[in-house]
Amino acid sequence: MRLPTLLLILAAMLIAAYFLGRQRALSLARPAGGIRSLHSLPKYYGYYAALGALLPGVALLLMWAAFSDSLITARVVQSLPDTLRNQPEAQLGLTLNDIRNLAAGQMFDETRSAEFAVAADLYNSLREASRKILSGLVIALSFGGFALAWFQLRPQFRARNRVESAVRFMLILASLLAIVTTIGILLSVSFEALRFFRQVPVSEFLFGLSWSPQTAIRADQVGSSGAFGAVPLFVGTLLISGIALLVAVPIGLMIAIYLSEYARPALRRIVKPVLEVLAGIPTVVYGYFAALTVAPMIRLAGQQLGLDVASEAALGAGLVMGIMIIPFVSSLSDDAINAVPQAMRDGSFALGATRSETIKRVVLPAALPGIVGGVLLAASRAIGETMIVVMAAGLSANLSFNPLESVTTVTVQIVTLLVGDQEFDSPKTLAAFALGLMLFIVTLILNIVALQVVRRYREQYE
Amino acid sequence: MQTMDKPQDAVASPAEAAAAPVAPVEAERVAHDTVGDVTAKNVVICVREANVYYGDTHALINVSLDIGRNEVIALIGPSGCGKSTFLRCLNRMNDTIESARVTGDFRLDGQDMYARDTDVVMLRARVGMVFQKPNPFPKSIYENVAYGARLHGLAANRAELDDIVYGSLERAGLVDEVKNRLDDPGTGLSGGQQQRLCIARTIAVNPEVILMDEPCSALDPIATARIEDLIDELSEKYAIAIVTHSMQQAARVSNRTAYFHLGRIIEVGPTDRIFTNPAHKLTEDYVTGRFG
Ligand SMILES: Nc1ncnc2c1ncn2[C@@H]1O[C@H](COP(=O)(O)OP(=O)(O)OP(=O)(O)O)[C@@H](O)[C@H]1O
Ligand SMILES: [Mg+2]
Repeated sequence: MRLPTLLLILAAMLIAAYFLGRQRALSLARPAGGIRSLHSLPKYYGYYAALGALLPGVALLLMWAAFSDSLITARVVQSLPDTLRNQPEAQLGLTLNDIRNLAAGQMFDETRSAEFAVAADLYNSLREASRKILSGLVIALSFGGFALAWFQLRPQFRARNRVESAVRFMLILASLLAIVTTIGILLSVSFEALRFFRQVPVSEFLFGLSWSPQTAIRADQVGSSGAFGAVPLFVGTLLISGIALLVAVPIGLMIAIYLSEYARPALRRIVKPVLEVLAGIPTVVYGYFAALTVAPMIRLAGQQLGLDVASEAALGAGLVMGIMIIPFVSSLSDDAINAVPQAMRDGSFALGATRSETIKRVVLPAALPGIVGGVLLAASRAIGETMIVVMAAGLSANLSFNPLESVTTVTVQIVTLLVGDQEFDSPKTLAAFALGLMLFIVTLILNIVALQVVRRYREQYE
Repeated sequence: MQTMDKPQDAVASPAEAAAAPVAPVEAERVAHDTVGDVTAKNVVICVREANVYYGDTHALINVSLDIGRNEVIALIGPSGCGKSTFLRCLNRMNDTIESARVTGDFRLDGQDMYARDTDVVMLRARVGMVFQKPNPFPKSIYENVAYGARLHGLAANRAELDDIVYGSLERAGLVDEVKNRLDDPGTGLSGGQQQRLCIARTIAVNPEVILMDEPCSALDPIATARIEDLIDELSEKYAIAIVTHSMQQAARVSNRTAYFHLGRIIEVGPTDRIFTNPAHKLTEDYVTGRFG
């Protein structure tokens, strides 16, 4: 039986279990004087029966998903002739891969010996058997679970409490999943980063002023010893994000103030979604705009002022990125300003404050946490943005605070390090993970700061 | 939003008349003016033929009333009868409501409050308002009281500002409770303290008239008594209009009382007469608790 069929059967059993459980509750209640004599509403007895049918089967399915393949593989390895079985670890992995491919019919290689075909057949038959056993077991377990639940049902059985704790458990599981994923990402990145730091000292990475990750492939190459000082990258990131925020924060804030305090509601209903479209434009398109329109304009303006402007200046990328993140600032600030109670404004007006005095002295301070939240979200977007910088600010890792020069950012370097052919244990490749880890830490710190700011000011007008 | 054209509805709309619970008396009301004397001695605010519409709702109908200096006038009446609407007209707080439209003649010291060249900011500085729900700003106690004085440049230096803040807190009867914690947030005070803070904030800008919309509705009896004492004191300097749902409170604090019903003022008179000897059937029903 295929997995989808099994899931369909499970679903059907689930629905049947619900109705049977509900029916049973009703028939239990009838002699005892109607559903008032039940502890919970009949539907909870139905849910309980359905959970009984669902949980054991699903638990088994998950376990099967986790362990079946390694068990089968172990059996296949045992069946292999000694010559193959006693290969080194990595070689054995390749052999097993070949066997799997052969079993799936994806590879037909005449040169492979008959041993492979035998192993592939064994693999297939084991999988087939395990699937059959699984189907039978799951259905049996579901029946068993349902029967167990069914016999527990009594008028005074606390079905609602049981169902609610099951629901709570599932909610906890869902949030754990998100946390575990984050931790998993962090661990995998840190693991690779550690390998990098074994080859390049942490102090050189953190404080080195020169970045040039090209290492020599052959011993006789010159000038490619590789330098892994991340400072130019972080300065570049800071510079471009800084320019972007200088554009986005004032403009976004003014838009938010206009929309929430001055514009008519009808206008606001139109303008706000239109602005949010800005955030939805693919960043590649912004990249074109920056490289083909804004950068030449800046160069021209610079020439007229007698300034020396690089053709891929940080300024262009920063300006366009600023436009891209305006909606993060404007939309969240607008929400925050709207959440300030009208009573605050009334209180200020009634003391003879003008609209702009009220906004400056009462509304904005009260909306500060939300505004800060929006700005920080925009900042993390700016820091993580790659495409615009690749297209408009270039790849050269200059250590410079001059917005008219070409700089590069952390994310851009991560991409260039990982694009193309690479060895997975050269410092050049591993550096990408170290950069990723640093970026993760920086954004984490930003978020913690944001949380602190918000917590500090939150309860003020409640 | 506000237009100053002639009142359009001299007569109640049919819907209004049909909604009236006491039909014969209500029919009479359409023809007659408010019972009692709407004028006051030493007038500071004079309202004639005021009408307010919220979209299609006709919330205030041909209301005329004077408020005199040094008097406390109580506005009473069942919920939804237009007391708050009337009060908000007196310092143009209805300007902030998109759908509100106000017509009629409103004068402060003889000057038209709704004239094109009226400075709303100055008007509101002269006619202060205390809201039903205390609404201190999310700032320190000191800054709450200093807010209006700063706006209007009432203090030349920090010492003068301190004087204004302490004086206002003193008059609002709050100074003893907060003098050691002026830098704490105003929102951290109890409900009654917050309301007195809002009163202090209002008197700090030295208005001529103070409008209070159910200032005690969120307060316990002790805090209420303190605010009533305060109103007594303030009435020596200011004209006060207070909306209240408590008949006892109206009787305790006010000199005159106006009874509102379905957007009209039914009866106006000296408070003791309104409560002991009301002239109108609706007023009598209300003050004796048969309507509510
Ligand atoms: N912002 C508004 N928009 C539309 N209608 C309103 C608005 N404010 C008040 N109204 C209507 O105007 C009428 C008078 O309301 P108002 O708030 O003046 O009553 P009130 O006498 O103060 O009542 P309460 O004693 O309950 O405070 C009511 O019918 C109300 O529904
Ligand atoms: Mg009201």
